[in-house]
Amino acid sequence: MSASVYIPCDSSALSLGAERVAEAVSIEAVRRGADLNLIRNGSRGMFWLEPLVEVVTPEGRIAYGPVQTKDVVSLFEENFLSGGEHPLRLGLTDEIAYLKNQERLTFARVGITDPVSLADYLAHGGYRGLKRALGMPAAAIVKEVTDSGLRGRGGAAFPTGIKWNTVLNAAAEQKYVVCNADEGDSGTFSDRMIMEGDPFVLIEGMTVAGLAVGATQGYIYLRVEYPHAHRNLNAAIESAYQAGYLGGDILGSGRRFDLEVRLGAGAYVCGEETSLLESLEGKRGLVRFKPPLPAIQGLFGQPTVINNVISLASVPVILDKGGVYYRDFGMGRSRGTLPIQLAGNIKHPGLIEKAFGITLRELLYEYGGGSASGRPIRAVQVGGPLGAYLPESQFDVPLDYEAYTEIWAVLGHGGIVVFDDTVDMARMARYAMEFCAIESCGKCTPCRIGSTRGVEVMDKIMATQDRARNIALLRDLCDTMLNSSLCALGGMTPYPVLSALNHFPEDFGDESRGWAGDAAA
Amino acid sequence: MATHPWDSGSVQEIIVRLKGKPGALLVVLHGVQDELGYIPPEAVPLIAKELNLSRAEVHGVISFYHYFRESPPGRRTIHICRAESCQSKNGSELEKYAKKKLGIDYHETSPDGAFSLEPVYCLGNCACSPAVMVNKEVFGRVTPERFDEIVSEMRTGA
Repeated sequence: MSASVYIPCDSSALSLGAERVAEAVSIEAVRRGADLNLIRNGSRGMFWLEPLVEVVTPEGRIAYGPVQTKDVVSLFEENFLSGGEHPLRLGLTDEIAYLKNQERLTFARVGITDPVSLADYLAHGGYRGLKRALGMPAAAIVKEVTDSGLRGRGGAAFPTGIKWNTVLNAAAEQKYVVCNADEGDSGTFSDRMIMEGDPFVLIEGMTVAGLAVGATQGYIYLRVEYPHAHRNLNAAIESAYQAGYLGGDILGSGRRFDLEVRLGAGAYVCGEETSLLESLEGKRGLVRFKPPLPAIQGLFGQPTVINNVISLASVPVILDKGGVYYRDFGMGRSRGTLPIQLAGNIKHPGLIEKAFGITLRELLYEYGGGSASGRPIRAVQVGGPLGAYLPESQFDVPLDYEAYTEIWAVLGHGGIVVFDDTVDMARMARYAMEFCAIESCGKCTPCRIGSTRGVEVMDKIMATQDRARNIALLRDLCDTMLNSSLCALGGMTPYPVLSALNHFPEDFGDESRGWAGDAAA
Repeated sequence: MATHPWDSGSVQEIIVRLKGKPGALLVVLHGVQDELGYIPPEAVPLIAKELNLSRAEVHGVISFYHYFRESPPGRRTIHICRAESCQSKNGSELEKYAKKKLGIDYHETSPDGAFSLEPVYCLGNCACSPAVMVNKEVFGRVTPERFDEIVSEMRTGA
């Protein structure tokens, strides 16, 4: 009997040697004459256990990890193909607490299926949402998404149903669906995991969006730093075309939806939706003035739905199980689940999809197991490079859009970067300004010039030059950037800077808070 | 990435093949860089002519995006992530080490033409920081020792 073995092709797993492990397993199987069916899945999202090797047994999938090539012979010796005992044996994958306690709706298939196998996608509930949508009037599809309470997972948290409704009601010959797959925030990788681990779910979500708003052309704007996602998306799109899930006559319905992947070129600002549209049009990624909204005048001046990968990948489950099912997860006005990405200096980094309302403390200690270095966790940046740094006193605030707004923080795309007590928060504040200067599109002055001045002021503060005055100047500069930048890049760079200053004044030698360093200097 | 000498015929072929796509400029630039490893300044007038753009517009787009380059890269391009997650795992030390080891700064190519060094702002490998990408291969939890291994494997493989 042929044994089925799963070894991820996710790029983080590959970055830890999954390709070599897969080769070694194949070679050893041939050497022993073992009949092996090797499947390259996405990652389960438990990255301290990668490369995670799974074997199908009558009891379920048994996991071994982290496996290196040197372990392969002993795995065969201990008969891992039948789930044999081994120091790396972790038991049933689904019973691992990190995974078992999650609420995986969007990530239901990631790590379980062969990402580029349409048959596997269908066997695991794929395309049920599209089939239901094909029998519904456009307005009913939009209503289902509105009822789900889904809000843009890219960071802005704008209600997806309202956006779709605007495009549905905009009259035009040509409308577009654009997927923002320019996942540039440090600490985030959920888009990548979906595109590498279950690309069909994104394709299905975009197709449903096309049906809902009357768009016949879709583009996935993918960052060039994701070559594996690019390959899997293209393979899945080709299969979808061949099987009639894309093209001029979707499943015999007479409806058209075409889809193409376009690559970015390393500009962070192109994650901003209007800059992204400019880039898709073949131009410099300069941010546009709003209004007009992209929903009215978007790509090539036409009505355009532009959504993040996770938003679109959540649409199939909403259409399949109903908006009410999805809405029943979460708290307050934050409905459904958020794929949280735990990264940085953390013992158990990974992907944790949970209903809104979980706290950082649960994530950092119950899931994350504390810092990787073993030192105390001092600061946590939530929501990417434009997100605030949170001190320990805020670890009990529930992850909820409104609750975070109240503490002047953002959930963003759900990325969490952990720092231990060796971090210098003044340096992180300087970096935030430096990053903004490097990535600014240059269209508006507060962002273009403000960020450069910000680096200079931070240099002075760090060199203990006239600190009280320079800190006042930094606050003033942040106020200008916050209130007068054209987009979130300049407008939110003050979040990491000011939160670092406010919560960790000792690192800035802030005399107003009782630091005596300047007097000594 | 393989680099090939400037050849107007192959560039012309790429432009003609891709220029019909809506908003084709980035697609064309990717096509040229995929083929040659960079976008030769001599290609700019050709691209401009075929896409009915000014040379300034084409140059403006090339210079806007960090990924596009106008000079040939080394045989391998090493991207080191500078973003927050990697910083939390000693990424800044790795950056310093790599520059010293290769004897070059960012945006430079080693004298033997083996390596170019570029910063990158997130590879989406934040669960395995610090991260490095060599051409299109990503490496995680890169310590200075691991960096040495990667570089020497590449040198042998080159």
